[in-house]
Parts: sequence; C-alpha cells; structure tokens
Amino acid sequence: MNDNTMVTIMGFSPLQLMFYFAALLAIVASLKVVTGKNTVHALLYLVVSLLAVAVCFYLMGAPFAAGLEVIVYAGAILVLFVFAIMMFGLSQDETINAPQTQVFTLSNISLWFGPSIIAMLLLAQLVFSIENSAIQEKLTANIIDAKQVGILLYGPYLLAVEIASFLLLAGLIAGYHFAKPEGVSIDKQDEPGRHV
Amino acid sequence: MVETLFKLLEMTVIIGLLIPIAAMLVWVERRMIGIWQDRLGPNRVGPFGILQSFADLLKILGKEDWIPPFSERLVFTLAPVIGAVCVLMSFAVIPFSPTIGVSDLNIGLLFFLAMASLAVYSVVLAGWASNSKYALLGGMRAAAQTVSYEVFMGLSVMGVVLLSGSFNLREIVLAQENGWFIQSQFLGFVIFLIAGIAESHRLPFDLPEAETELTAGFHTEYSGLKFALFFLGEYLGVTLISAMSVVLFFGGWMMPEPLDSWLPPLMWFIFKILFFVLFFILLRTSLPRPRFDQLLSFGWKYMLPLALFNLLVTGALKLGGVYG
Repeated sequence: MNDNTMVTIMGFSPLQLMFYFAALLAIVASLKVVTGKNTVHALLYLVVSLLAVAVCFYLMGAPFAAGLEVIVYAGAILVLFVFAIMMFGLSQDETINAPQTQVFTLSNISLWFGPSIIAMLLLAQLVFSIENSAIQEKLTANIIDAKQVGILLYGPYLLAVEIASFLLLAGLIAGYHFAKPEGVSIDKQDEPGRHV
Repeated sequence: MVETLFKLLEMTVIIGLLIPIAAMLVWVERRMIGIWQDRLGPNRVGPFGILQSFADLLKILGKEDWIPPFSERLVFTLAPVIGAVCVLMSFAVIPFSPTIGVSDLNIGLLFFLAMASLAVYSVVLAGWASNSKYALLGGMRAAAQTVSYEVFMGLSVMGVVLLSGSFNLREIVLAQENGWFIQSQFLGFVIFLIAGIAESHRLPFDLPEAETELTAGFHTEYSGLKFALFFLGEYLGVTLISAMSVVLFFGGWMMPEPLDSWLPPLMWFIFKILFFVLFFILLRTSLPRPRFDQLLSFGWKYMLPLALFNLLVTGALKLGGVYG
C-alpha cells in the first residue's frame, strides 16, 4: 500500500477515470435508447446502459448492488422485454424503420458499430476491474457487502420492503387474471390440446 | 507489475486449456453415447478416435462462412461471440485449486448468476437476427426457458450461501472442510442441476434447438465457424455447470482424508468435473424431451416451491443452531 506507486492522469486516479468513463457510457447509451428508431436496437442500448451503471456501482464500493443490477435488470427484465417484442412481431412502422440489410451499406455499419464498440470497451473495463479486485479497496473507504444490505433491508427499511412486496403481489395477481383465457376455468388449462 | 503479468499468464493458460477440453468433450460425448447405445462411435481418427475433434475442426474451417442475406448482419455475427464470452467470463471466479483461480471476487456467486443470465442474449439475438421462423421460435423458447429457470437456480444456491455465509466461491469451498454441502443441501443440489441443464439448454431441456420440431432452432441459419462457436459455448457451459456443482456442493478441490493425499487438489477437482460431465451425457442418452408447456409448468409448479421450501428449512435449521 505505498501511495507513490499510484499513477495519476490529469489529476485523476485510474479508478476515478474508469468511473467517469463508465458513467459517460451509461449516459450515451441511455441517449441512444430514446433517440433510436428500431425497438430492438433501443433495448440493446438499454442493456449496455444498465451494464455501465452496474460498473459504476461496483466502482463506488457496492458490489452486491452491481451484481443484482446485472442479474435482475439486464439479465431478467430486459430479456422479458426482448421476448415480448419478438413475440408480438414487428409492427408496421417498425418494419419501415428497420435497416435494409440486403447490402452492407455504410449506414448499416453506423447502426451497429456503436453498440458493439461500447460493449467491447465495457467488457475490457470489467476484465480489468475483476483482475484487480483488490484495487477496489483503494478507491472507497467502505465497501457495502451483502450482509450490510440485508441488515438495512430487514431493519430500518422493513416497512418499505413489505410495501414493495405488496405491490409485486398485486401485480402478480393482476397478471394472472389478465393472462387467463376467457371462459376457461383454471383447472382445464393443463389439459392437452388446450395449447396452440 | 510482475503480479499482473503472472495473472495474465494464468488467464491465458486457463483459457488455452478450457477451449481444447471443451472441443475434446464433443468426442467424449459421441464415444460415450456410442458405448451406451451398444455401438462403437467415432473410432477412426487416431487411437480410439481421439483426434475426431481435430478432424471436425478442419472440416469446419474448410466450410464457407456464410451470412444469410436476409439476416441482421452484425447482430448475427455478434450473437455467438456473446455466448462464448459470457461462459468464459464465468470461469474467472471458479477456484480450481488452493492456489489456482483468476479472481477471488467477493460476489463470485452473483457474478456467475449474472453471466448466466447475460448468456441468454446470445441465443435470443441469434434467433432474432437470423430473421427466419425456426430461429425466431427457438430464440423465444430460449428466452422463456432461461428466465424461468434462472429464478430458482438463484434460489437453490442460497442455501449454500446461508451455510457458508459468503458469496465468495473460494470461501464456500473452504467452508466445506468438515463435510460437503451435498449432505445438508441435497434438495438444493438437485434443483441446481436441473436448472443448470435448462440454462445450458442440453437434452432433455434442449427445446430452443429441438431438431425434430425446429430444424435446428436458434442456430438454423448458422454454419462454419459461427456454428462452431455456439457448439463450443454449449460444451463450455456443460463444463461450467459441472464445475459450479463441484464447487458449491461437492467440496471443490477437497476430498475426505485418506483419498486427499493420493492426488493433487487440482486433479481431484478435474475428476469431479469429469464425473458430472459424464452424468450430463448419460442424461442426454436416456431421457426424452418434454413438451415446451410441460417444461415451463414443471419449473413454476414444482421446482419453484421446492426451492423456496429448501431455503425456508435451511434458514430455520440455521436459526435453530443445528448447523452450529
């Protein structure tokens, strides 16, 4: 732990630079989400943005939050979004806006060059920070681990957790109600031949 | 600086060994299936056909690397890479022996789950970018299947986390010094294994690529090296799930005392992984494929309550002081 080996670039430590870089990626990717025309491309930018936010969390000393960000948002919720978009097919205006891929044009490159480059940079950063997992201790004085998060959630914030779970339960019941086919009782759904 | 170089070397060696091993598994699988089905299997190339994977590689390299004109060109190319990279990244947190292992990340287990859930993009994007109906159906199946099964894959390993008190995989292995977690977490292990098969979409849960219904599912349009990358990703996934089972439930590199001194820890770890890989292959030869709605209802109606029950009982026993 000798501080004179720490390299500074323009007054920033490498970790600060990494943080601002990830934050910049998150902002750029989020902007691309709302300005893009193609739904699937916008969703993929949203994935990149969430991954960048996870890197920010990790660098700020909250590895547990970073892990959950990737698992819950990027890994589960957005997969469901992509699933829904694929399931309902391409809408009319989306087909018009979709890039014509018959020819490998310049505009075609620019559409996909962006996300690939951003994802690659993020990957490089992730590899770097994993390889130096000890480096994290130098950036932040205190690292919030899973145990502390748990103690807080089931201590002072217990009421908030309970209210959130009520909300989720209500959503679950509503979803179940809407998904039920009309005029069919629940027990009959499992009979073979019901599934088309 | 020397440390960083050493780490880089370690990473290179691990990746350099993993990929040929995954390729060799293709031969192992075909040969073992042959033996279990009372035939010989590939035995022409080299002694016992051991060079079969090499011949396959040469064949694949000689094929035309074709991208269908109707596909989304760049996503189409990117999809197999995402899959292979996510699986390879997961190996970064696996402790191979007391000294070998790329990273002791303090959220190692969460990192594994995160990479497993990101790997689904590979299949989904492949299905979407292929722009053909079979691939799209395969991709949609993969999305539904993976999202369902990763819920209780996460829940099933929480028992292990409760007992060891850590997300760090190395600490989880060390916590099993006085007895592997398979003793107290048998239910958790069974659920993890089933979810693992579904996550790596192997038979009997290979609905995304069920060739009897979907031609080849999400990789219908793929050929040449890109197809090989999907193939490699699948076998790396099998190795990864086996390695995770060993780390979480079977004591990692550790063995009970008389056996422990016979072989170095790394060898024990590899033998345990090999055992699970063979088990995966045996499952493939012996079980039929369920219908897709059966797969999903089995997951939500049986596996999820069982995983919650396992977590509840483990928590109660831990609070009751049974585990000390």
